[in-house]
Amino acid sequence: MTKRHILAGFFLVCCAGLSAAGDTAPLLTRIKAVGKEGEGNSVAAKAWKELIRLGPDALVDILTALDNANPSAANWLRSAVDAIAEKTLADKKKLPVAKLEAFVRDRKHAGIGRRLAYEWLVRVDPTAPGRLLPDMLDDPGAELRREAVDVVLKSAQEFFDKDDKAAAKATYQRAFEAARERDQVQLIIGRLKKLGVEIDATSHFGFITRWHIAGSFDNSKESGFHKVFPPEKRVDLAAVYKGKDGQEVRWKEHTTTLPMGVVDFNKVIGALHGTTAYAYTTVVSATERPVEIRAGSNNAVRIFLNGKEIFFWEEYHHGNRMDQHIAKGILKAGKNEILVKVLQNEQTEAWAQQWSLQLRICDALGGRVPVTVLEKK
Amino acid sequence: MHRSVFALTIMVCGFSLRAEDSPQFRGKGGLGISEKPLPVHWDATENIRWKAELPGRGLSCPVIANGRVFVTACTGANQDRLHVLCFDAKSGKKLWHRQLWGTGNTLCHEKTCMAAPTPVTDGKRVIALFATADLVCYDVDGNLLWYRSLTGDYQTIGNNVGMAASPILHGDLFLLCLENAGASFAAGIDKYTGKNRWKIDRPRGINWVTPLVIQDAGNDLLLFQGADELAAHDPATGKKRWALTGNKLSTVPSPTAGDGLVFLAGEKFLAIRPSSDKASPEVVWQSNKLSGGYASPLYYKGLVYMLTAGGVLNCADGTTGKHMWSKRVEGKFAASPLAADGKIYCVSEEGKTTILQAGTEGKILTTNALPETFLATPAAADGALYLRSDKHLYCIGEKAK
Repeated sequence: MTKRHILAGFFLVCCAGLSAAGDTAPLLTRIKAVGKEGEGNSVAAKAWKELIRLGPDALVDILTALDNANPSAANWLRSAVDAIAEKTLADKKKLPVAKLEAFVRDRKHAGIGRRLAYEWLVRVDPTAPGRLLPDMLDDPGAELRREAVDVVLKSAQEFFDKDDKAAAKATYQRAFEAARERDQVQLIIGRLKKLGVEIDATSHFGFITRWHIAGSFDNSKESGFHKVFPPEKRVDLAAVYKGKDGQEVRWKEHTTTLPMGVVDFNKVIGALHGTTAYAYTTVVSATERPVEIRAGSNNAVRIFLNGKEIFFWEEYHHGNRMDQHIAKGILKAGKNEILVKVLQNEQTEAWAQQWSLQLRICDALGGRVPVTVLEKK
Repeated sequence: MHRSVFALTIMVCGFSLRAEDSPQFRGKGGLGISEKPLPVHWDATENIRWKAELPGRGLSCPVIANGRVFVTACTGANQDRLHVLCFDAKSGKKLWHRQLWGTGNTLCHEKTCMAAPTPVTDGKRVIALFATADLVCYDVDGNLLWYRSLTGDYQTIGNNVGMAASPILHGDLFLLCLENAGASFAAGIDKYTGKNRWKIDRPRGINWVTPLVIQDAGNDLLLFQGADELAAHDPATGKKRWALTGNKLSTVPSPTAGDGLVFLAGEKFLAIRPSSDKASPEVVWQSNKLSGGYASPLYYKGLVYMLTAGGVLNCADGTTGKHMWSKRVEGKFAASPLAADGKIYCVSEEGKTTILQAGTEGKILTTNALPETFLATPAAADGALYLRSDKHLYCIGEKAK
């Protein structure tokens, strides 16, 4: 055996011994470094191609990399998974199904990565949904949980169609406990109503119904969005402000009874135009926790949590959907102040008269977060 | 020697667009005119070369180059799953399928969806923009070349109606105009790297108009049509050359051009003649009889055609604006008309394609039906007609031999 043969043999052993993780780590690092305005794209593109060449052995590493990838990097990684899996199947080779299933079952990984693994697993193993979904009704991943709920809903519908009301009711109630998404929850509430079960959707979703309202302030020519009116500086529920056209503005308590926690400023303040209202509430959380403050409005809005702005959207009368605005923040243990600025413009069309807000506090899946709304500040 | 030249020609052709390709919204140049004759008769079984299932809705048109068809779609309860698919133009075989997670706002009017802008291709790559402001570039084999979350770059992009203006390609630049409720801008983006070469502010507002590049006195001009002005820019730098103001222009139908004129839908339909650099263009004629809806105007063989959302096709003389005829075509219309071989194709939302004789009479030749919802503007390439429904992509033409 020559020296060359020994070296070649050593090289082959080294190659065979290298794990996909060893190969993938530097490539994944380069991909995950993509930044704003295309920064890092060229480097990522080269790494992406190298990653693809590693084939299905790299899949779990790429899926794992999704755990802490920024949204841009996540899309690079997702494309890599799709490209590898697609080529593997086109080449009549096998996906690592056992590893994919283990990945799907491992809840410490990000929901998006587990869902992606699930989708490829299902393509090659049609029995996987029946095996996996029944355990996913409480899944922390939104899409997997949604599909698990869908399965239960189909079952409930079958009972419903067969007029087995008791079974349908029990099955819908099981789905209801798990469902977090608006369309599924509303479907279940509708079905349960037909079965004689009334559910308070407002309470279920966790909409805030008790507010203090102040208005109106000026928003003529949509100028109010960038103006800082007194409530934005400090909320003083006893204060008397000088509002639009010199009118006195005082805070007034308001508890909405409208469905889904809608606060109708046209009713609370008056059907005004070119105007700004503030809605304020104080909630108590038992613990410090990350939350999503989700709002729906056909008006321009700014949302402040404990004096810090966490969201703004300046658009009028182009659509109003529950949860259309998602602001992320941290609730402190104890009292938390939420202030929302809601602006109405001067459009005169009949479809442009809404001046309203609905708002709830929930977790990342959309589940109600337990908070208590204080009567007074 | 002959063989070398031939091989070189094949190689060059293999990597560039051909006249019969359809690389963007409304095909080459955005004019809505097919180079080749198209089928005249079809139904669910006749003359369907292939029919491919799509994963989700889309108002985007397919784009076709070098025998590959690219199309976008969106799925999910919140329309936040974005798809780019590639099919073989002859067989309809799916060659690859990539997906993205949408990173921007997905609220929109129920008629539209996140796969509203039409992608572009130069035959080497396909670049897809979604209404979520996600922007991605793949090579023709599905390898990811670059990706940008424009919402990540400029946080307030978006509106609650849905963005739909399609991008265009011009040389090495990918040109887009995103006028919306938040960060509104136009940009020239390097098609190789995805980085901005230039970026300019645009008015905030809802605008679905696709930009148009025209030539004026040997110079390329990039036209942005907004509610208050038509602005001409240098496509290489974004620098503004001139603007036409004082007219209320449409923010839905996109402009078209031909024979030295540019045709603009609006409160009044305008035909303008761009003049030399930095001067305002001349309004050649205007008309109250070419009202529009969603469809963009078509200029074909000296005549202008404008299709209303309710199904009236109006025709005027392109030189004078003289109204020639109005014809009722059955259905509601979101798609822009397409011209080929002396005929005008109008695809209704209900799946009926009315084919009229182009010219001064507006004779209806035939109607073909496919029982699905069609909102996307048809595309044509290599003598085949591509119709995209909410569920399927149809390639209409004789079966490949």
